[in-house]
Amino acid sequence: MGKRVGMEVAIAAAEAAALCKFDVASVYPITPQSHVAEHLADIVNDGRVDASFITVESEHSALSSAMGASATGARVVTATSSQGLLYMGEVMPITSSMRLPIVMLIANRAISGPINIWNDHSDIMPMRDTGWISFFAENGQEVVDMTIQAFRVGEDRRVMLPVNVNMDGFQLPHMVEPIFFPDQEEVDRFLPEYVPYATLHPDRPVSMGTLGMPEIYAEAQKAKDVAVVNSIKVVKEVWKEWEKLFGRKYEPIQSYRTRDADVALVTMGSMGETAEIAVDALRKQGVKAGLLKIKLWRPFPFAELKKAVKGIRVLAVTDRACSFGGPGGPVCSEIRSALYEESVRPAIVNYLIGLGGRDVQAEDFMEMVRRAAKGKLSEPYEFYGVRG
Amino acid sequence: MLEIRWHGRGGQGAVTSVELLALSAIEEGKYAQGFPSFGPERRGAPVTAFNRVNDKQIKIRSGIYHPDVVVVLDESLVALVDVAEGLKPTGILLVNTTKSLADLKKNIRFEGKIATCDATGIAWKELGVPITNTTMLGALLKVSGIVKLASLNAPLKERFGRIAPKNQAAAKRAYEEVKIN
Repeated sequence: MGKRVGMEVAIAAAEAAALCKFDVASVYPITPQSHVAEHLADIVNDGRVDASFITVESEHSALSSAMGASATGARVVTATSSQGLLYMGEVMPITSSMRLPIVMLIANRAISGPINIWNDHSDIMPMRDTGWISFFAENGQEVVDMTIQAFRVGEDRRVMLPVNVNMDGFQLPHMVEPIFFPDQEEVDRFLPEYVPYATLHPDRPVSMGTLGMPEIYAEAQKAKDVAVVNSIKVVKEVWKEWEKLFGRKYEPIQSYRTRDADVALVTMGSMGETAEIAVDALRKQGVKAGLLKIKLWRPFPFAELKKAVKGIRVLAVTDRACSFGGPGGPVCSEIRSALYEESVRPAIVNYLIGLGGRDVQAEDFMEMVRRAAKGKLSEPYEFYGVRG
Repeated sequence: MLEIRWHGRGGQGAVTSVELLALSAIEEGKYAQGFPSFGPERRGAPVTAFNRVNDKQIKIRSGIYHPDVVVVLDESLVALVDVAEGLKPTGILLVNTTKSLADLKKNIRFEGKIATCDATGIAWKELGVPITNTTMLGALLKVSGIVKLASLNAPLKERFGRIAPKNQAAAKRAYEEVKIN
């Protein structure tokens, strides 16, 4: 059942899409996503899946072509990063409004100004409100698992939404590490053939992506919101099934040593495992540290968060992007707002970390916990370890 | 856990080396990471690449600052880069060179164990090209004992196909000829 292999995570992500037997890949290469794009092209070129690879001149076209393909009923994968994701940004809300279950693999990278190719979350955060479901992977295994889960969730008739799988650029796609791959038969059983709700076909004409006058636009927005909000049920159901089939547990918010925790870190993405090391080290020193790892960013798991923070005195929320002139990082502002109406709620401090590839070590997380214990920093949010 | 830093020049195959070592370790059922220094690399410019190998799952995803082993593919780097930077005093520095230890030490600030191997000579003879990455892998396996020499075979075959036997021969020879001083 399945096999354990060493593989570069970018290649593994493309292999996971191949296990899902995508029909169309529409991708424009960009660092640090390039190996995903190249390997998807190899898979199609080698005839390993019966698929087309659409070469395009930009990310805007990549997602536009992906939408066209998806609208005909094809299973479509795309991938991007950073400026490429921003360039797709114009198309992204249309993808979700047209309810096209495209899967996008994102090698998260800082956005320019100054130009930077390294990892943070400043590319996906401006795309937060485009109506896509967003998964955040912590390691190569989760990249593979979440890619397969993404097709299943997005294509579920109760969902019908695009899904992006976020992997921290370089930290994940450029890493060779051991990964368990399910067998093709197992994936086939888990992921049935995509049955679209409506397709563009000359014999059965339909209109998609039409004008929405003021009389209907608001209803369309509400319908999309309802779809995104309700998709959490399907995400949780699919993750439960995955755990049963493959033994790997996925939860919207994964708790690590929080049962009696006094101060808990909050991370999203590949820093979760390094933070676990910090929590273990602090526990050895007698500090009651814990960790919450967010795996599902959209729809945001409000109920799960409220449950997960029970008994915790201070949350040290880490963010990998800044909302300039705003309330701090986007993750923290979400968490603050989610807990506002709770009668008993933890104090919250916010650290902006790992911007543009700045390395964050276990010792840094330990320091963040120690200083968070006071329940307050000298500023509403702190650029941790940053000069000036 | 063993942490390794590789020094080479862009195009010399340091990144291929870390990949092959990680694959060999994983093949043995171990846990491993292999990764380049994140960012742009230019042909001929000094580059680094990294490995972690462990019997247990590796959780840490930050950089490597205090390696147990440093491998230098190109001896000209010794005068340009502080190749021993952060190297644990109990660690090993492995250099591709024909120089004597005394000569080498003029440019290296490291009091610990130094191993040398004429990987360029071996690569010329076995491969016909002065590309030393797979040769130095053989030397590394000897000095570190982290993975069995035979575990390199499958990843080499997968990577190099037809010319894999030559690379296997070069690695084996370096494994036998590396001098631990």
